Amino acid sequence: MAESIIEFDRVVAGYSPSVTILNELTLDARKGEITLLIGPNGAGKSTVLKTLFGMLIPRSGEVRFEGKRINGKTQRQLLAEGIAFVPQGRNLFGSLSVRHNLELGGITLPRGELNGRIEEVLTQFPRIKERINNQASTMSGGEQKQLEVGRALLLRPRVLLIDEPSIGLSPKLVQDVMSLLRRLADNGTTVVMVEQNVRTALKYSNRALVLEMGRLALDRPASELLDDPNLNRLFLGGHAPAKENMGRGASADV
Amino acid sequence: MSKTQRIALVIGLVLYAVLPQFLKSYGVYLMTLLCVYLMAAFGLNLIVGYAGQMSIGQAAFYGIGAYVAAILMTKMGISFWFALPIAAIACFVVGLALGFPALRVQHHYLAFATLGFNVLVFLVMRNEEDLTGGTFGISNIPRPSIFGYSLDGALPFFYFAFVSVILLAAVLWWLLRSPWGRAFAALRDNPIRAESTGVNITAYTLLAFAIGAACAGIGGVYLAALVNFIEPGQFSLSVSLLMLLAVIVGGSGRFFGPVLGSIVVVLLPEWLRFLQDWYLAIFGFAVIVLMVYLPGGLLSLGDRFKSGGGTR
Repeated sequence: MAESIIEFDRVVAGYSPSVTILNELTLDARKGEITLLIGPNGAGKSTVLKTLFGMLIPRSGEVRFEGKRINGKTQRQLLAEGIAFVPQGRNLFGSLSVRHNLELGGITLPRGELNGRIEEVLTQFPRIKERINNQASTMSGGEQKQLEVGRALLLRPRVLLIDEPSIGLSPKLVQDVMSLLRRLADNGTTVVMVEQNVRTALKYSNRALVLEMGRLALDRPASELLDDPNLNRLFLGGHAPAKENMGRGASADV
Repeated sequence: MSKTQRIALVIGLVLYAVLPQFLKSYGVYLMTLLCVYLMAAFGLNLIVGYAGQMSIGQAAFYGIGAYVAAILMTKMGISFWFALPIAAIACFVVGLALGFPALRVQHHYLAFATLGFNVLVFLVMRNEEDLTGGTFGISNIPRPSIFGYSLDGALPFFYFAFVSVILLAAVLWWLLRSPWGRAFAALRDNPIRAESTGVNITAYTLLAFAIGAACAGIGGVYLAALVNFIEPGQFSLSVSLLMLLAVIVGGSGRFFGPVLGSIVVVLLPEWLRFLQDWYLAIFGFAVIVLMVYLPGGLLSLGDRFKSGGGTR
């Protein structure tokens, strides 16, 4: 089993002091794997990514990256440490060209190095290369998502966090994006993904973590969960079927 | 910039350089004033149009630049060439400080914060008589010489201001096409998204204000030398509003927007003077019509023709 690269240890976090989303959440993501976070709306999936990327500071508990505590680090610090985030929805700067969007992804790099990195990313995304001088807003949804991922890869992150990559994409483009993430993971990048299109995402993932009410309800290999007849119930909200399947540190009453 | 746009720019610059040869001194003064005004408007466009912040305090920096230079030149005998960078740096530093409210508040709240700053600076200029001369202002501000050649005449000073504004525009053009410019655009489009790509939004917000303020400060130094006299009324809130109008009427976030906007704000009222008592009312009406039919500014007219679309 691959070693953990990301760890949440009894993390409590929320958007205001009165609203707790992550409720002593304990989970981990393993090196070079795609870890899929699923669960009903409000379970805290996106909040996990935001907490990991420094957009939310945990009220208690510890978030660790490669064994080191990263609570309270800024997004820039986390980018420098090797964590990149592709948020939900359209995240390009539509008024800028494709090249300029890529340049923004590497704004912290020296100019000479940046150009080399852009070329490196473009070799992985030939479709983006063809449209390098186009305005980003003129690209198709799939191309835009590829560009977002490409931009996130400019800093050669060791962990890529991606929230709902399939939103607004056709089934064919969803497959393309998932294949891309699989390829990245196979090349050593750890991917932590939140995705509503569970069946498709499970096919490409190594592991699935089911969240309920801000807690880990289930931790299973993705392939096992894909065959589970209870999948829909788990995803739409319900209780984990068997205690022995529960993830490390998950609460017994969930 | 397309080839046609480049040709249009060169023709425009040549015409602007030649035209004063055929004008009387007031016409030359207005064309020089336009260059000076444009320096401040370019700076405001960086803040409002490119970085997406709000400011109705640009005249305060225009005033700080003018007063710093005037005080240094008339009371301390310092040369224009030293007063200019000192005034620009002073405005840069004060602009940096004014950027801090922008880290906490946005939109109309920020507008009021900058408005308050303009009022504060105006009151200092008016009430600190020992330093600023109060309502009597500061007079006898000298014009500079360059390599022993005096710029006292209307035409020499016009060409000096004309070349200076082109140089300033070139620096801003370079800046906005560098990664810094992309970061400003990202900040304007979506600060949260910008931060997730690694843009230091704190630094870029402050920089936008500081650079914009320095541009206004440089404009202020040229204004002091152009008019040879400054008083607080030249830097009141209404001047800030006119500068904002110049940016918006021309096309906020478009590089040449402030050029057209400043022509409207500085020259249009003069062209309408034949209407005598009605000229300001007609000017106001023209601005209302422009904003209703061209909310993206005069430079959006080209986009409208291309898209065939109606009013946004």
